Amino acid sequence: MESKLGLDKRIIERARSLSAHIAGEIQNFVDGYTTVTVERTLCRLMGIDGVDKEQIPLPNILTDKLKAAGVLSEGVLYFLANAIVSTGLSPQSIAEMVADGSVDLTRIPVAAKDKRDQVIAPYIKKSISIIKEKREKREKYLSTIGEGSKPYLYVIVATGNIFEDVVQAEAAARQGADIIAVIRTTGQSLLDYVPYGATTEGFGGTFATQENFRIMRSALDKTGEELNRYIRLCNYCSGLCMPEIAVMGAIEGLDVMLNDALYGILFRDINMQRTLIDQFFSRVINGFAGVIINTGEDNYLTTADAYQQAHTVLASDLINEQLALLAGLSQEQMGLGHAFEMDPEMENGFLYELSQAQMTREIFPNAPLKYMPPTKFMTGNIFKGHIQDALFNIIGIWTKQGIQLLGMPTEAVHTPFMSDRYLSIENAKYIFNNMRNLSDEIEFKPGGTIRQRAHFVLNEAISLLEKIKELGLFAALEDGLFADVKRSRKGGKGLEGVLIKGKNYINPYIDLMKGRK
Amino acid sequence: MSAGLYSINSGDFDKTQDFTKVKPYGDTINDGKVQMSFTLPVPCGAEAIEAAKQLMKKMGFDNPMVVYYKELTPGFTFFNCYGNCTHTVDYTTIFVPKVETDVMDMHQVDEYIKTHIGRELVIIGASTGSDAHTVGIDAIMNMKGYAGHYGLERYDMIKAYNLGSQVLNEDFIAKAVEIKADVLLVSQTVTQKDVHIKNLVELVEILEAEGLRDKVILVCGGPRINHELAKELGYDAGFGINTYADDVASFAAQEFVRRELKK
Repeated sequence: MESKLGLDKRIIERARSLSAHIAGEIQNFVDGYTTVTVERTLCRLMGIDGVDKEQIPLPNILTDKLKAAGVLSEGVLYFLANAIVSTGLSPQSIAEMVADGSVDLTRIPVAAKDKRDQVIAPYIKKSISIIKEKREKREKYLSTIGEGSKPYLYVIVATGNIFEDVVQAEAAARQGADIIAVIRTTGQSLLDYVPYGATTEGFGGTFATQENFRIMRSALDKTGEELNRYIRLCNYCSGLCMPEIAVMGAIEGLDVMLNDALYGILFRDINMQRTLIDQFFSRVINGFAGVIINTGEDNYLTTADAYQQAHTVLASDLINEQLALLAGLSQEQMGLGHAFEMDPEMENGFLYELSQAQMTREIFPNAPLKYMPPTKFMTGNIFKGHIQDALFNIIGIWTKQGIQLLGMPTEAVHTPFMSDRYLSIENAKYIFNNMRNLSDEIEFKPGGTIRQRAHFVLNEAISLLEKIKELGLFAALEDGLFADVKRSRKGGKGLEGVLIKGKNYINPYIDLMKGRK
Repeated sequence: MSAGLYSINSGDFDKTQDFTKVKPYGDTINDGKVQMSFTLPVPCGAEAIEAAKQLMKKMGFDNPMVVYYKELTPGFTFFNCYGNCTHTVDYTTIFVPKVETDVMDMHQVDEYIKTHIGRELVIIGASTGSDAHTVGIDAIMNMKGYAGHYGLERYDMIKAYNLGSQVLNEDFIAKAVEIKADVLLVSQTVTQKDVHIKNLVELVEILEAEGLRDKVILVCGGPRINHELAKELGYDAGFGINTYADDVASFAAQEFVRRELKK
């Protein structure tokens, strides 16, 4: 594809190779470590589920006990394998016995390595085939009932009650939504466990639980069949339980996951070491499950200025792309984030937004880019807000974005009403249909504002990447190079859950899933 | 739908303005015109339209008109409507409590603090409780500020600590004590089922229980906050929409002097 902005391929390649270097260093670090949530994820893959009398998830009970005994760095699979050899019971039964205190995993005789591998093999096989089946089910839907055209219309539901969410989601799908995101309850990202069962109470959103995933996916399957259009389901694979949420989503057939360690570091103050380790395994799982990940660069612009800091978004997208490649995700699964967040009072702001979106499109031609609507400058003037969203939609179709996260006129007022969603979907459908092939007709003037701006932002991004390469990503985050937020390497939440892999440590899923289908 | 356009007998009401009987204005004093939109959880159809009209009658609207309706999903119908409001309010007797201090700009505030307090004012801010949004507290505190109003961090005579979001009330107070804060700013942006009220009240209760309430200036802000609500909840002031760092700084400095809090 010829660049409409006259971007030089060699410069883009330079940006990529800098990013690959930065991501590679992170990966070298990540490979040596595991975390409590990675180990809980392995419990779940072994089929361990459910909670004890106090609602504590069994995977937490297992890993907490091993951690308290100081042996979790050997990996939960080592202890489970020994226990299976010794008792002949399933991981679930063993977990229940650990919970009621009748078994102590650290006092079980150690079996030979080949014996250990042999007893867990059937459980591994089973979990892999469950996830594979879900992926195939989605692929079958896409090849039979099909899907909406891009940009996909993405809307949120956020009632706090999963059953009410279903009503809202079905309504949105009927109005034309392609992706339904169930917003999580405020603060869930900071929980170091995943709650259990169907939930009906939440603030600003609904708990992400495996049962809630199942309820919503099955409702959307039904609605999709009725509408003859597959409806994707999105949730949040971020916070302190990234890989656990990934595996729950993979088992229940979720399609899209917010999945970005950088977002958690900057905006949720999650420890950078912890979350980058968590992110790697979560992305391996998402890759295998055929999930589209979304990254959160758009959020940088809610604290930093969208015009001044545009290059930080691009730089972060480039790093995130490389980190995702290292986890085996294909470019078609990378919903890299960016946003329409410039001050509406700015003269020619639309031109700069258009330039940024077109540039992002050209640099990541295969990615289903996630384009975020205006939020920072939305006000109680819902009528103007509707027009701000219209301008955002024009750029969405013009620059062929992948996922259009629809803005709501009431963005600054409340979580969306059913009617807000209808108005937003109507707005987007009108513009997308009316301007469908605008992009094929329009080129940008050489030397003009739009081209110049794109060159400027790309060059700034390269300077930033050079600086990050020199410092390393951890130090760059400590320096506040993204979003004007500074985070320390040892600060934030969750560092106590990081462990160096011991000599018996295994996680066979990385080889089985990474880059595979 | 456009019957109003051709109506020639819509003028039989008193068109003189009377501030003791104020009602909405479309294009003629006292026409009472209101636009509204809402959703009814009923199937789309003639009965739905009639239900919307009857509801508007009950809300006090004459001549209720449904100008647009649409099924959102089976069982839910959306309406755009107009009506003539029959109610009035007496504007002349209205009293609204406001923050009663002079608003100064950044330099004036710095000068005021230098002259009247003689040391830096310590201000701590956070979005407390479960609220994950920092946009409000950032707009007031960040160096850059918002809409051309510099944030508190840029003031020479203010030492500003922004703790960010999802700060527990207990942690917020502990930090305030540690840094000897003179002023506590609490932001509440997005809320559901009025959780922001509960959270704001809890902070006051803890401060009172620890005997700290009188020793600090307590201020809250956010799109759903106004001064009257803030006072009701036990705060010294509340700042709602269209207020900026200068409003907060001006109040804090003058209130500090008024209450002779200088330690």
